[in-house]
Amino acid sequence: MKIKLTFWRVVFVVIMILGAWGTVVRFTQGLGAATNLSDQFPWGIWIGFDVLCGVMLAAGGFTLTAAVYILNIKRWHAIVRPTVLTAFLGYVLVCVALMFDLGRPYNIWHPLIMRNPHSVMFEVAYCVMLYTTVLALEFSQIVLEKFKLEKPLKFIRGALIPLVIVGVILSTLHQSSLGTLYLIMPTKLHPFWYSPLLPVFFFLSAIAVGLAMTIFESSISSKVFHRQLELPILQELGRVLYIVLWVYFVLRLEDLINRGEMHSIFVPGYEMYFFWLEIVLALIAPMILLSIRSIRNSPGGLYLSAVLVVLGFITNRLNVSITGIESWSGLHYVPKWTEYSITAAIIAVGFALFGLAVKYLPIFPEEKEHGTVAAHESATAPASVFVANAGN
Amino acid sequence: MSKAILYDATLCIDCKQCEAACAKQNNLPYDDKVAAEEVQSAHKFTVVLNKNDKYMRRLCMHCDEPACVSVCPVGALQKTALGPVTYDAHKCMGCRYCMAACPFGQPKYEWGSLNPKIQKCIMCPDRVAAGLPTACAEACPTGATKFGDRDALIQEARDRIRQNPNNYLPHIYGIEEVGGTSTLLLSSVAFEQFGLPSPKSLPSDPLPMYTYRVLSRIPDFVPLGGIFLGGVWWITHRREEVAAAEGAENDAKHNGGAR
Repeated sequence: MKIKLTFWRVVFVVIMILGAWGTVVRFTQGLGAATNLSDQFPWGIWIGFDVLCGVMLAAGGFTLTAAVYILNIKRWHAIVRPTVLTAFLGYVLVCVALMFDLGRPYNIWHPLIMRNPHSVMFEVAYCVMLYTTVLALEFSQIVLEKFKLEKPLKFIRGALIPLVIVGVILSTLHQSSLGTLYLIMPTKLHPFWYSPLLPVFFFLSAIAVGLAMTIFESSISSKVFHRQLELPILQELGRVLYIVLWVYFVLRLEDLINRGEMHSIFVPGYEMYFFWLEIVLALIAPMILLSIRSIRNSPGGLYLSAVLVVLGFITNRLNVSITGIESWSGLHYVPKWTEYSITAAIIAVGFALFGLAVKYLPIFPEEKEHGTVAAHESATAPASVFVANAGN
Repeated sequence: MSKAILYDATLCIDCKQCEAACAKQNNLPYDDKVAAEEVQSAHKFTVVLNKNDKYMRRLCMHCDEPACVSVCPVGALQKTALGPVTYDAHKCMGCRYCMAACPFGQPKYEWGSLNPKIQKCIMCPDRVAAGLPTACAEACPTGATKFGDRDALIQEARDRIRQNPNNYLPHIYGIEEVGGTSTLLLSSVAFEQFGLPSPKSLPSDPLPMYTYRVLSRIPDFVPLGGIFLGGVWWITHRREEVAAAEGAENDAKHNGGAR
C-alpha cells in the first residue's frame, strides 16, 4: 500500500510535529514554560477553547439522540451515528486536553474518592466522566456491529433508551454547569458576560452549536466521503436552529436590559468590540440568513449559517473565559505557540480519528433493520429523506 | 472562637519583618532580592507595599466562606474552625479553579514545577492550633499586625477609628466584604491603591452563594428530568404502537383475517 502525499496530509504531519514538540515542552518544563499563563491569568485557551468550546462542539450528541430516540423523530436517524461519533471523539479529546492543562494530571482521578459537592468543577468532572462512558456505550454499537458480536450488541440496544435519557440529563447538567463555573466571579467577569443566567446561556448555546455542528459535519462529510447530502434533514435542523437562536437572542437581550447594560454596549472599548463580534457572528448574521427561505433551504446557505453559529459561540466562550477577565487581571493574555500547537494537534487528531472511523466502521451504514425503519416511516415522511440516506 | 489578623497600616513602618518571619515559617528563601519583590508569588505569601510612604500588607484574607474552598473539586482547600484557610497538596490536581475564583487573587502557582502546588498564606495553622500568634504577628515590632480573637480585634479596630478619626478611613476592610474575612485591614488611604478590590465592588454575600443557588437545584432536577424524558419517550412511542396496531387491524379486515 502506498500512502499518497496530499495537501491535507502534509498539513496534518506539520501540526502533529509542532504538537509533539509542544507536548515535550509541557511535560518536561511545566506549565510556566508551555503557556503564557500567570498568577493573574490562570486559565487560558486550554480551558477557554479546548474544554469550554470542545464540550459545546460535541453537544450534537445529546441533542440528536434526544430528538431521534426520545422525541421519536425517526427521519433524522440517518445522521445519528456520525453525530454520536463526533460527540464521543469530542469528549475524549476534552479529557486529553485536560491532561495538558491540569498541573498534576496524574491526580485526575481524585474526584472519584475526594468529593466536594459544593464545587461546580466537581459536578462537571463527574458529569463529563459519566457522559463520556455513556457515549462510549452508544458508540460501541457501531464497533460491535462491525465485528458481529450479537450478544453484547443486543444488550446495548436493549439499554439504549435509558442510556439516552441518562446522557441527556448529564449533558443538560454539565453543559449549563460550564456557565455556572463563572458565577463565582461576579467581581472579575466583565458585566457584558457575567449574568445569573450564564448556565441557561451555556445550555442554549450548546443546543444551537450541537445543531450547527451536525449541519457542518454532514456538509463536510458529503464532500469528503462523496456521499449524497441529507438535505431534507439539514433543512429541518436549520429551522430548529433558527428557533433556538431566537430564544437565545430574546433571553440575552432581556438579560442586558434587566442588568442595565444596554447603554454600555454602544460605548466603544476593548470588550465592546468582542461583544459585537460575538453577537454578529452567533446571532445577527445567521438569524438574517436563516430567516430567508431560499437561503435556509439551500446547502450553501445552511452551511454558511452553521459555520457562523459555531464561530460566534466559540467567540462567546472565549469572551467569557478570556476577554471578560482581562480587564480585572490588568493583563492582555496572548497564548504562547505551544498553547496553539497543542490545541491544533488535538483538533487534527479529532479529524483524523473521524476519517479513520468512517473508513473502517459502519458510520454511514445501509443496515437491514434501518431499512425496515425507513420502509415503515416512508408512509409518513417525505420519501426523499430515505432516498438521500440510501445514497450510500 | 474564630481567630483573625488585624493589620493597621498607620502603625506599619515597612520594616518587612513580617515578610521575613513568614518565609522562615514556611521554609522559603528570603534575602534582599526577595525582599525587593513587590508582588506576592508562590515563594512570597505576604508583601508590604509602599505607595508614597503609605503602606499596605497583602496576604490571604481567609474569608469566612471562601470562594477557593467552595470551588475546589477535591477539597484540597479547607476553612478551619479557628479561621485559617489551609491547603493539602496531596489532594490537589492542579485545576487552578481556586485562583480563577478568588476575588483577592491570593492563590499563587508554582508555574515552573512539574509537580506544582498552590501557594498562599495559610495563617500558620499549627501555631494557631497551639494557641500561638501567627509568625508575622509575633515578628511585628510595632503592633501593626496583631493576632487575636476576631470579635475582640473588630472591637479594637472600631475603638482606634473612633479615637483617631483623622488617621483612618472610616472602614474596617474584612467585616462585610464577601461575607466577612479573618484578615482585617485598617488604612488611611483607599485600599484600591494597593490592588485590593474596592469595598464597594465586593458583595456582602459570600461568593459561594452565587453558585449554590444553581447547584442546589440539581438533586431535584435529576429525578424530574428522568421522569419527564421517560414520559416523553413513552408518549411518542405509544402513539406509534397505536398507529401500528390500528394499521394491523385494518390489514386484517382487508385480508379477510388471513393474518
